[in-house]
Amino acid sequence: MKDIADSYVTEDGRTIGKVLMDMKNITLRFGGVEAIKDISFDIREGEIRAIIGPNGAGKSSMLNVISGFYNPQVGEVWFRGEKRPPMKPYQVARQGIARTFQNIALFEGMSVLDNVMTGRLRQMQTGMFAQALWWGKAQREETENREAVEKIIDFLEIQAIRKTPVGRLPYGLKKRVELARALAAEPELLLLDEPMAGMNVEEKEDMSRYILDVNDEFGTTVALIEHDMGVVMDLSDRVVVMDYGRKIGDGTPDEVRGNQDVIDAYLGVQHD
Amino acid sequence: MLYREAGDFKTTYVDDSQTFPIKFDRAGFWVTMAVAWLVIPFVINDYWASSLLVPFLIYAIAALGLNILTGYCGQVSLGTGGFMAVGAYACYKLMTAFPDVSILIHVVLAGGITAAVGAAFGLPSLRIKGFYLAVATLAAQFFLVWLFNKVAWFYNYSASGQINAPERLVAGVAVTGPNTPAWAQYLICLFFVTLCALVARNLTRGSTGRKWMAIRDMDIAAEIIGVNPLRAKLTAFAVSSFFVGVSGALFFAVYLGAVEVGEAFGIQKSFLVLFMIIIGGLGSIFGSFAGAAFLVIMPVALKWLGVDVLGWPTDLVAHFQLVIVGALIMFFLIKEPHGLAAIWRHIKEKLRLWPFPY
Repeated sequence: MKDIADSYVTEDGRTIGKVLMDMKNITLRFGGVEAIKDISFDIREGEIRAIIGPNGAGKSSMLNVISGFYNPQVGEVWFRGEKRPPMKPYQVARQGIARTFQNIALFEGMSVLDNVMTGRLRQMQTGMFAQALWWGKAQREETENREAVEKIIDFLEIQAIRKTPVGRLPYGLKKRVELARALAAEPELLLLDEPMAGMNVEEKEDMSRYILDVNDEFGTTVALIEHDMGVVMDLSDRVVVMDYGRKIGDGTPDEVRGNQDVIDAYLGVQHD
Repeated sequence: MLYREAGDFKTTYVDDSQTFPIKFDRAGFWVTMAVAWLVIPFVINDYWASSLLVPFLIYAIAALGLNILTGYCGQVSLGTGGFMAVGAYACYKLMTAFPDVSILIHVVLAGGITAAVGAAFGLPSLRIKGFYLAVATLAAQFFLVWLFNKVAWFYNYSASGQINAPERLVAGVAVTGPNTPAWAQYLICLFFVTLCALVARNLTRGSTGRKWMAIRDMDIAAEIIGVNPLRAKLTAFAVSSFFVGVSGALFFAVYLGAVEVGEAFGIQKSFLVLFMIIIGGLGSIFGSFAGAAFLVIMPVALKWLGVDVLGWPTDLVAHFQLVIVGALIMFFLIKEPHGLAAIWRHIKEKLRLWPFPY
């Protein structure tokens, strides 16, 4: 393991910084069920970190711990070198952690633009009275944030549907809008829960490209859960493997691929 | 051919986020405003004011309020009547305690007091949702009516238990009390409607409105994105109750003049306003107006048709009226569950293509 303050440069020339998020001995129980058993791992600045494992391994629970939806019974969450006290999800969001969901969780009754604008709540602080008058600061803030949102809409190529109610969109586009909403928050850490579930090859390629671009252009740290091994091994810098709530592997894609535990539990062997 | 967005280019985001993006709509809005402010006050008489326009305007404010809570924030409330009563009694106490202060300020303060009461009754909304919240607000309805009946301080220990609006002037003209001219009644209501509609529109198109709608559409995702659910719900309850309180104050002070709480602000009132926003369209400012207009005008129109045109006996018409209004509500909900606002939206979408729909 490298030292915490260490930073290094990857083969493709990106700089991976120091530890951004450090999960220490996390244990999460639901009644008698232990969903996560004593797991520790870290996420470094600028890297793409994948969490893989069979269904029910506790991957989504892990993401929920990071985004503050669950508070673990045991263990500590360190963010930016500080121990994070138990927090509500909206407080975590304000720290600069955004996420998407396994089953799309968009606001169906609102337009794409409104959905993405909602992602910028962290940047919009005018009080309600100023907004009621729609004068000066409130209007200026709205316009500034609209500009930022339009950049993201351009980036994800969803200009044509910006005024469409989300409920009318097909699945693939919804996934993209959800990514746009998460990106609108300008997060430091972006959590993606199965961003490519249910997509065809072409859509997966698009989504992979967007994830790489986000990481590259905005310098956003990405943690993602994904079942498509090809995608995971291509995209990620390091991979955590979970099985039955335990961590059974952690390392670069190559290290993980060669790990006998991981092969037994999840990857399997090729039959000729 | 008039109804086009083609050629009407938006070059700034401010232009793009305005209330009426289409030129024809903007013109229509200003024409409506001009007629409402400059024509109607001169032609209005007592009949039109007391049977149609004043109740329409007052219910429109209440419907706007409830629509913010139920239509935009997704919190069902059956306490509207109770909150209107809070506005009415707050206004009454203020009017009698500070007779020198302008009635306009009293109405706004009455709204503020109702907002505080509404927010307090909104506290359970963090824990309970849907039908269960509706039942909790129903409790507010009955509790508030009981309170205003029971505690004599609220009606200044009057023997009848009623509250009566004393005469108050705005710019030298009576707006409350028995000597109020019809146009003054109408104008003060129009003033508050215009104000409330502007505030409602501005709040719902900005980040506050997006927070409310996010809570309505998916509260878990909203929280993960950074919406504080307690704050969002309580602000919705407060703003909604403010409007409802203003409408209650006007309903008492300007429209009825004398109020017995159980009769004027009973559970029927809560249902009436709820029907207005369901028929008009949840989550729509226009829908609040359309629903209020529908439920105020429909009984009057039916009465006119039955008694004046067909010559039926009054009691028969009164009974038929209930049947027909009920049937119409069902008809509209089956044909268009999203209310009059949705019908209007469809018409507009068709108009944009007319006369070449392909």
